[in-house]
Amino acid sequence: MPRRIVVGIRGVGHRVIDSIWRLGYASRFFLLTLLKSGTSFRRFGLIIRELYFTGVLSLIIIVVSGLFVGMVLGLQGYETLQRFGAESAVGTMVALSLVRELGPVVAALLFASRAGSAITAEIGLMKATDQLAAMEMMAVDPIARVVAPRFWAGVISMPFLAALFSVVGVFGGYLIAVVLIGVDEGSFWSQMQNAVDFRYDIVNGVIKTCVFGVAVTAIAVFEGYDASPTAEGVSGATTRTVVTSALAILGLDFVLTSVMFRGMS
Amino acid sequence: MTSETLVEIKGLNFSYGERSILNGIDMTMFRGKVIAIMGGSGSGKTTLLRLIGGAIRPSAGYVKIAGKIVHELKRDELFQMRRKMSMLFQFGALFTDLSVFDNVAFQMREHTDLSESMIRDLVLMKLQAVGLRGTHDLMPAQLSGGMARRVALARSIALDPLLIMYDEPFTGLDPISLTVIGNLIRRLTDALGMTSIVVTHDVQESLKIVDYVYFISEGVIAAHGTPAEVRESVAPFVHQFVYGEEDGPIPFHYPAEAYASDLKLEGSFA
Repeated sequence: MPRRIVVGIRGVGHRVIDSIWRLGYASRFFLLTLLKSGTSFRRFGLIIRELYFTGVLSLIIIVVSGLFVGMVLGLQGYETLQRFGAESAVGTMVALSLVRELGPVVAALLFASRAGSAITAEIGLMKATDQLAAMEMMAVDPIARVVAPRFWAGVISMPFLAALFSVVGVFGGYLIAVVLIGVDEGSFWSQMQNAVDFRYDIVNGVIKTCVFGVAVTAIAVFEGYDASPTAEGVSGATTRTVVTSALAILGLDFVLTSVMFRGMS
Repeated sequence: MTSETLVEIKGLNFSYGERSILNGIDMTMFRGKVIAIMGGSGSGKTTLLRLIGGAIRPSAGYVKIAGKIVHELKRDELFQMRRKMSMLFQFGALFTDLSVFDNVAFQMREHTDLSESMIRDLVLMKLQAVGLRGTHDLMPAQLSGGMARRVALARSIALDPLLIMYDEPFTGLDPISLTVIGNLIRRLTDALGMTSIVVTHDVQESLKIVDYVYFISEGVIAAHGTPAEVRESVAPFVHQFVYGEEDGPIPFHYPAEAYASDLKLEGSFA
């Protein structure tokens, strides 16, 4: 029995040490990516190419999801607010929900699933098929040439995708509340305009999307670069990207929300 | 033919943790020669290539290329040296998101200021040398295994290196592609005056094209010589390897407990 306990404690210790080691390795990798980003900005074409894969190809899922989320918010908002005779405030509710929370968070979750997993799989497969090793042997640094452009493309794409998500969401809410249910159009837009504050709502939402963009893309490139060079390794890394990104987004969202909106009316 | 030394390896040791992979390797490789490094799977051949390329550091000893000790170079100096060397990976390692043309042009665009028209001419010349000029618009996924390796060969000679390392270049090729790749290695080595190190276990094809052979077994050099010496060798290891015999110094079985004790049969018939 004591031996089992010793083995158990040793196992926990190993896992903790491994996790700390991996966190340190990931931090070092992140710093290296930042330090080696010069090439990406000198040859901006590298980032533009990745913007297409991470940003443009994510448009469909972002637009469609944004529309449905906005329509659901419109329905639920109207259903709740009309109990208090405040159905004209449905525009405010839809806009604040989207701009402050759902836009950044849901767009980031979708981005992690669509673009983050693709980035991890691509870099992981490049590693598994010796493409990264070949690049090293050609005296080209893979972090500068492969990782940094993808990282910056993700960071740049994320705020635009989240903004688009919110815009389409508001339009979805408008379709349901105004066009379908018949809430007064003037009240819908004017109450929204009065309630949404540029500094506290829009800017804070944009800050959130930037933080999520950095977190998701950093996780995606690291998991790809660190993947075991086998089919199983790449598959595991892709899964870890989605799971870790989702947890990071939700955790960071709580921290950011508590800092940004504490004590706000 | 010059006999200037390009690669010198002295007392090279390498181990992964406790497990020794290479133990006291000494080799000398001359300019303009094709050198084969042969040995069974897991004998440390690819590790040796990685040490020569500076991808890993030796536990002891050194690899010296053109007078410089590889593991003592700083990263910038190592990258500078790698511009003069090249490596052909087992399955080509072509960049799958780039066309054949862009793969061959990759190093030219990364390391030179050549104009696009000049790069185009050079790329077509390199592809012509491997007989695949007509494929420049194709993507790597559209190539057969042998063609992919020829394109990778064209990419590896893009900047006219002094040294090319080939990691199992004959694996998985049909007999025609195998002969084509073998002849290309010989022809390009002679035409460009470079040195080629071919890691392989394809004995018959290699002996046709190489100038010198090293056999590695269990981390040490078991034998070495010219192809003629190797063919006539009566050393049990060389004979077993060259003629593919099952019995010999290289055991068929991986080390294990006694068979009877593993099957728990000891004492059963007592």
